[in-house]
Amino acid sequence: MFKKEFTPGAKSKVKSSAQRAVRAKVLETYPLLEPHIDEILPKKEQLDLVKIPDRVSLYCNGTTPLFFQHMDDAILPHLKVVHKYPWAFTKVRVDRGAIRFVMSGATLMVPGLTSPGGRLAGDEGVEEEYGNAGKELEVGDVVVVNAEGKDSACLVGVLKMGSAEMREKKKGIAIENGHFAGDGLWKLDLS
Amino acid sequence: MADTATAPTGDVRPAKNVIYCGVCTLPPEYCEFGGTTKKCEEWLESHHPDLHDEIYSPDAAAAALSTLSVDAQKRAEKDAQKKAAKAVAQEARESEKRATSRITIKRVERNKRKYVTEISGLEHFGIDLKKTAKEFGKKFATGSSVTKTASGGEEVTVQGDVSEDVVEWLSENHGEVPEENVECVEDKKKKGGGA
Repeated sequence: MFKKEFTPGAKSKVKSSAQRAVRAKVLETYPLLEPHIDEILPKKEQLDLVKIPDRVSLYCNGTTPLFFQHMDDAILPHLKVVHKYPWAFTKVRVDRGAIRFVMSGATLMVPGLTSPGGRLAGDEGVEEEYGNAGKELEVGDVVVVNAEGKDSACLVGVLKMGSAEMREKKKGIAIENGHFAGDGLWKLDLS
Repeated sequence: MADTATAPTGDVRPAKNVIYCGVCTLPPEYCEFGGTTKKCEEWLESHHPDLHDEIYSPDAAAAALSTLSVDAQKRAEKDAQKKAAKAVAQEARESEKRATSRITIKRVERNKRKYVTEISGLEHFGIDLKKTAKEFGKKFATGSSVTKTASGGEEVTVQGDVSEDVVEWLSENHGEVPEENVECVEDKKKKGGGA
């Protein structure tokens, strides 16, 4: 979604009612963020809304980007937030070969997750952080993508295919239009 | 006994502090995909030597390559080289631009004895036009704005003849602009109606 670099649009204050709505939505999508929600989205502080090209709204606290939303789709965390609280998000892992494609903004394809080196929820013998408590991932779930051999996340996006389907078909698009490390949104300067 | 299954809301850990590379702004482990690998490595070595050893140690490199097939390895290398070359070319172009681009200060006649000062070419030097326009307005107690030129560039337009003061201001506030790059031009064209 942010392959090109861009400059931020207008910055406007968010009404407290809207701020509460954003908070609620974030907690709904990411329940594990609850103990940290006050650090990320303090009640007392003014949340700002920055408009960016492509109908995307970015919520930020001062100069720190927090969450963004394309039109009325799911609300996604900025990767910097993901780096701070990695345990709060559902994770999958791609194998090493896919890393360079992810870092240049390509669509993430299923083989990146099903090949050896990739980790998907519900796999047998998978480590706890990718296990998602044994539950399968569904279409439309927001998922954070880590890379094999790396500590921090490289991509966050919405799943286009459920994990069961992925294991069955082993082909197709897994995540489209996500936010990856080094993209326009990552490089965005909000000062 | 400690519960191995943590309740969904029970996990409270302090925020993880991630260090980002000073050169490419990515977490250091991803520096190799950014196109500025060499510089990133040097930066990391000087700022965070422990991380540098961890990431750039020979074992790490071996582990990274082992999981890729031979073809994939070759492609990965080619890609990394291409990216690095691109980054270098871009930097060279930018520094060239900086050397040749000038800040043009034009004094344009508006009415018979009124002038307008136009300053173009500031973007090449990374000077924020809006802020600059505001400052000029405040400083000279006159109107100032950012307008677009015919060629697509932007310039700061200040009412009145302030070309001399602008030169002074530039050398004071933006020392990085060398004197040779500043050009003062007197335009005799009539600009319709002024800023």
